[in-house]
Amino acid sequence: MIDLQLLALLLTPLLGGALLAMFGSRAWAAELNSVMSFFTFAASVMLTIRVVDAGPQVAFDEQFFIDQFNVFLVALTAFVAFTTSLFSRPYMRIEQHHGKLSTGMLHLYYSMYQMFTFTMLLGLTSNNLGIIWVAMEAATLTTVLLVSLYRTPASLEAAWKYFILCGVGIALALFGTILMYFAAERVLGEGGTALLWTHLNAVKGELEPTVLKLAFIFLLVGYGTKIGLVPLHSWLPDAHAEGPTPVSAVLSGLLLNVALNAVMRSKVLVDGSLGTHFAGNLMMGFGLLSLVVAALFLSRQKDIKRMFAYSSIEHMGLITFAFGMGGPVATFAAMLHMTMHSLTKSAIFFAVGHAVQKSGTQVMENIRGMMQVSPTVGWGLMLGTLAILGMPPFGVFASEFLIITTAMHEYPWTTPILLTALGIAFAAIFGKVQPIVFGETTAKRLPHPPALVPVFLHLLLVLILGLYMPTYLANWYRQAAALLG
Amino acid sequence: MQIPYALQFVDFLSALLLLIVFAMLAQRRILSLINLFAWQGALLTVSTCVVAYSTHQHHLYYSAALTLVLKVLLLPWLLHRLIQKLNVKWDVETLINIPSTMLVGIGIVIFAFNLAAPITEMAEGLTRGLIGIALASVLLSFLMMLTRRKAVSQVVAFLSLENSLFFAATSATQGMPLVVEFGIALDVMVASFIFGIFFFQIRETFDSLDITNMENLKDD
Repeated sequence: MIDLQLLALLLTPLLGGALLAMFGSRAWAAELNSVMSFFTFAASVMLTIRVVDAGPQVAFDEQFFIDQFNVFLVALTAFVAFTTSLFSRPYMRIEQHHGKLSTGMLHLYYSMYQMFTFTMLLGLTSNNLGIIWVAMEAATLTTVLLVSLYRTPASLEAAWKYFILCGVGIALALFGTILMYFAAERVLGEGGTALLWTHLNAVKGELEPTVLKLAFIFLLVGYGTKIGLVPLHSWLPDAHAEGPTPVSAVLSGLLLNVALNAVMRSKVLVDGSLGTHFAGNLMMGFGLLSLVVAALFLSRQKDIKRMFAYSSIEHMGLITFAFGMGGPVATFAAMLHMTMHSLTKSAIFFAVGHAVQKSGTQVMENIRGMMQVSPTVGWGLMLGTLAILGMPPFGVFASEFLIITTAMHEYPWTTPILLTALGIAFAAIFGKVQPIVFGETTAKRLPHPPALVPVFLHLLLVLILGLYMPTYLANWYRQAAALLG
Repeated sequence: MQIPYALQFVDFLSALLLLIVFAMLAQRRILSLINLFAWQGALLTVSTCVVAYSTHQHHLYYSAALTLVLKVLLLPWLLHRLIQKLNVKWDVETLINIPSTMLVGIGIVIFAFNLAAPITEMAEGLTRGLIGIALASVLLSFLMMLTRRKAVSQVVAFLSLENSLFFAATSATQGMPLVVEFGIALDVMVASFIFGIFFFQIRETFDSLDITNMENLKDD
């Protein structure tokens, strides 16, 4: 039963990729993309219900492993991938109408979009550390041509940087995986099982600590490049700013989470082997550094998508920090923050995408008065910004509050750093978004009605979760947090 | 302690591998760089076969065959064709001059051996240098990526990085599970394909393969 559900989850986007590779230039390709994404989402819901009810499961000869933690990311990934496909339908049509994209480029975009979803879901559900690596690399490969989709000099530069930096980063992660295997082989013997996470988890106490320590450094630096942790973040703002907006939304809202999942899986093993807080300390350090550096860079940005890319680095830093603190409350808060960040950030990118299309530029000084041209885009952008900045009653407030209070309790010295960084980020982003939303305008009407349902759907979810967390969800997250320890 | 002959041979090959990486670091002609990369692949194939023979790991023969086809024949051939088509045979200007790069390289080798020391101490069955050499080659390829200006040489450096990792996997752990190796090979193949597309796109946009053209995206 679990085999079938998993198969449906993984095969739907794969099939979608194949179908769109054939029919991607047809007029109904955008609809097909949304339909396949919807089926993937439906499959993820069924899988989620089952795993939350029955607990962790293995499938296909233990090659796949699903527990409450990664199923939460599976559901989130499939949901945001679905809403982004809804948003991209009119968005990409407008881009085509503006002459920025040809049918051939859209063809590539649609099939790669599905393949990207597939690689992320594979990376999340695989039990094999080697396959997780392969999926992470494949996720880069599927998106790199999407970043350079517009074929402008800037987009090519961004894509090249993304390719080379993530390629190098991921190569370091492979070295970490090899070291992990090297340690595991001694305990589990040769053959296929020594890379299976469930097997490693069972014997984590016997794994050689010195090797695992070094392995974790490589894994954290490697996958950390993908998460966008400072100082390996420099590809991220470029790729987010130069790629098409739906790609920015999924990169920022989803890919970063998938990389974080890989790091968390390794952390559990390393913690078990070392019995110290070594992995957690490293993550806290990288997290804090990312948070502070990103917050300082925010005020210097002129490009709106670049600014929100830095905001993603900031939030990823905060999440990494919270996971690094460890313990049930901090892990719970980190997962909640991941959910909120994915939903809010993709909603912001949707609104930003349409605002940029209306004003014809990404330079913030030239985007003005969104409220006049289109109140929905204006409100979407304003509410999204307030939400991501951690204003109550939105859910980001709840998760940030939890993270900060835990930090106050466990590591009091970090509290001023956290609060200052969040304060600087608030001032920088709010000061720049406010004139964009209000003020006089020069923007024009769009040839296709923009897709704003996904924006408000996401923001509504973030609002509801900020006001009231259902018991089902709370229990689910609590169990997941307990698994990660 | 008497070390088995097979292991001594792998040790010898690993030394050659390190030498080749140094040669690549010093090489200014793209054509020779690609040939060196092919030699690196050949060494890797031999060492994988030796490990497969001495440990009776039959799946390693598959990965040796994969290496031979992909990294000794297919990729060098493709790169040769690409540089002919794009006409980029001329010398590579490095960002740092070659002698200083070599000095940094030596420093990197010492650092890598130090880093790998605690692991090699607990390793049985393999001689001590292997992980250190593999790590050194990884970091040296890294250095090569940083110092090169031409997109093609950056890609060769990237592939050499991948070769070094592969060497680490076969010599230190007697090969990853086959499904993982196939996955990695697939990724490398797709990556090379995308690199090829990029060469043409970069060339079309900037009229050259010099990546110094691509330093305009900055925060200011």
